[in-house]
Amino acid sequence: MYVTVKGGERAIDNAHALLADKRRGDRDVAELSLAQIDNQLALGVDRVMSEGSLYDRELAALALKQARGDMVEAIFLLRAYRTTLPRFGASAPVETGAMDIRRRISATFKDLPGGQVLGPTFDYTHRLLDHTLTEQSDVPAAATAPTDETAFRSVADLLAGSGLIEGDAEPAGEVGDLTREPLSFPAGRDLRLQNLARGDEGFLLALAYSTQRGFGRNHPFAGEIRYGEVEVEFFAEDAGFTVPLGTVAITECQMVNQFTGTATQAPRFTRGYGIAFGQSERKSMAMALVDRALRARELGEEAGSPAQDEEFVLSHSDNVQATGFVEHLKLPHYVDFQAELGLLRQLQAEFFERGTETPEGSSKETPMQDAAE
Amino acid sequence: MSVTNSHNRDANVADATLPQRRAAMAVLAKATAADIARGLSHVGSDVAFTDARPAEIGLVMLRGRIGGGGAPFNIGETTVTRAAVRLASGETGFGYVLGRDREKARLAALCDALWQIDAKRQPVEDHIIAPLRQQQRERRALARAQTAATRVDFFTLVRGEDER
Amino acid sequence: MSAQDHDVVQSAAFASQSAFRALMDAMARPGEVNILEGTGAPAPMAPATAALVRSLADYETPIWLDATFAAAPAVTEWIRFHTGAPIVTAPGDAAFALIADPRALPDFTAFAQGSEEYPDRSTTAIIQIERFAGPALVLKGPGIKTILAFAAEPLPDDFSRRLRDNRELFPRGIDLVFVAGRQIAALPRSVRVVEN
Repeated sequence: MYVTVKGGERAIDNAHALLADKRRGDRDVAELSLAQIDNQLALGVDRVMSEGSLYDRELAALALKQARGDMVEAIFLLRAYRTTLPRFGASAPVETGAMDIRRRISATFKDLPGGQVLGPTFDYTHRLLDHTLTEQSDVPAAATAPTDETAFRSVADLLAGSGLIEGDAEPAGEVGDLTREPLSFPAGRDLRLQNLARGDEGFLLALAYSTQRGFGRNHPFAGEIRYGEVEVEFFAEDAGFTVPLGTVAITECQMVNQFTGTATQAPRFTRGYGIAFGQSERKSMAMALVDRALRARELGEEAGSPAQDEEFVLSHSDNVQATGFVEHLKLPHYVDFQAELGLLRQLQAEFFERGTETPEGSSKETPMQDAAE
Repeated sequence: MSVTNSHNRDANVADATLPQRRAAMAVLAKATAADIARGLSHVGSDVAFTDARPAEIGLVMLRGRIGGGGAPFNIGETTVTRAAVRLASGETGFGYVLGRDREKARLAALCDALWQIDAKRQPVEDHIIAPLRQQQRERRALARAQTAATRVDFFTLVRGEDER
Repeated sequence: MSAQDHDVVQSAAFASQSAFRALMDAMARPGEVNILEGTGAPAPMAPATAALVRSLADYETPIWLDATFAAAPAVTEWIRFHTGAPIVTAPGDAAFALIADPRALPDFTAFAQGSEEYPDRSTTAIIQIERFAGPALVLKGPGIKTILAFAAEPLPDDFSRRLRDNRELFPRGIDLVFVAGRQIAALPRSVRVVEN
């Protein structure tokens, strides 16, 4: 039962004012600009956009500033903002094969067409704190090298036609949208991928890790990870033709996984797919592993591990939903709790009436002390 | 990058100039409002127009393909601003741009409208589109050159048996 | 954003909200006539119809046009530009049906009736009439305190039977919105026609 309680208004107003004060912090320290956040905390902005499910760098930077760096809070803010806007429609599918590449690596083939380009990566850093960043740093411009026009062909592309790897499923029917219709199970792969794309990076990372450690093992290889700019196009009903909207930065991961085959299907490689806004490599890799794990049933594999449990994964991946339900416990439950307390007193009274011995200590504690624990 | 992958429904638009018009729109979409305004000032403001659609901010659901090349699915949304202007001579120009810059969408729509007038097309291409395209090319070329500098040049170390 | 832009955007938002409010009131008080100032639109589209369409329709709400509306290309063009809503030829596919000729109102069963699970997946018919006058139907139901006399003309002769049949389907069935110039009234599927 919920009973409204009044009286906190001034406390709340003052708490908000205090929050604003703490957000700003020491007034002698320069205030962060959104451009600073966008430029210098770019990967944080990327994550907020991915999980906030809204591509807008400036808004994501604003959300991060408003949330004092709390990722999930910032993601929540972005999700809330998007509900205030009308939707014009859906874009044509972005063609990641035609991506303007800023990074592309493969752990399966050394000599891919287009080569392996590392781009801006933490991969080969030594993870030693760089104390020169403590002060304002003078960073030289990045090196350049002549470019060639070799297309960056994907690993799936190279193996395609050989029968060694599965192809892409054919387009079929309406595209599911979990922001329009509530998710039901079993969910199509389109809905699963949409769910994972906005899912919490930490949750997906842990699930992906669990598959590697044996909870739904499927021998993954990072077939390809690419990051860069893709063109976005949209059929404009008023103009009557497809208009270009600009470019967005995307990270895509193709995991290549073993598949032992069935009576009717020869053994071959299967693929898991991950995609995220910005440079979100860990997220897209984890997503690809979980996508593949969720295909266990479709591929006739034994499916008893958490990462293979569609309802478990998809129902708990959303950090905005999760934080809402966990954090709602902070709200007053005074009446609920009084009811529980009353019930417990009655049960205890019955218990002690039945038995003779009193458990040590329990008779001395008051219910209020219990409640305080 | 060229604009490819047009929608099937575009087949209804039997206009030979459409690819060039879309290419111009693609350049405008990646420019800033200030840059477009600067270009427009060279094209002349002798054309009367009205706002057919005041600039409006909304969302477009970004779609990808399952596995990179398969059936479409929804990745997440992006902010988009659109506007339409109508010239006194009847042409309607459309501005569709990522982000939330109303002025940019309106200026892009005006450029698109002017582009449809035969006498204005070349000035728009020369004074607005060409310089912006060049600027965007240079920016892209730098990013690509920096990326190319991180290409791994594998070489194999000879090991094991003696050479004879 | 300039102050002037801001005003334009604000007024568009307010216009949309006032149309929505007028419709909500009309649905909550079946048969009562409300004023909706409306917005300019190509003939034969009434200002209030245009305001409702702008407020309600978008690219996810297919619209069916009766023969009179369909014969006016400017109407189709206006809808496409302002809402992006697809125009459909089968009334059963429509979220909204726009009717300029109430005498030729199709049988209600031609429209989407919704399902038991999703009664909202039904058509809302926006019907342009000449005036809220003429022979009255006596209505009761949710939102009507006792009974209410509702008059609109012109309407098909068997309109009263159609309303009864529609009520039988509840919670399925269609909702009706009537427009006469700047006036609107609604007959949601919940209204009952009182037997004479």
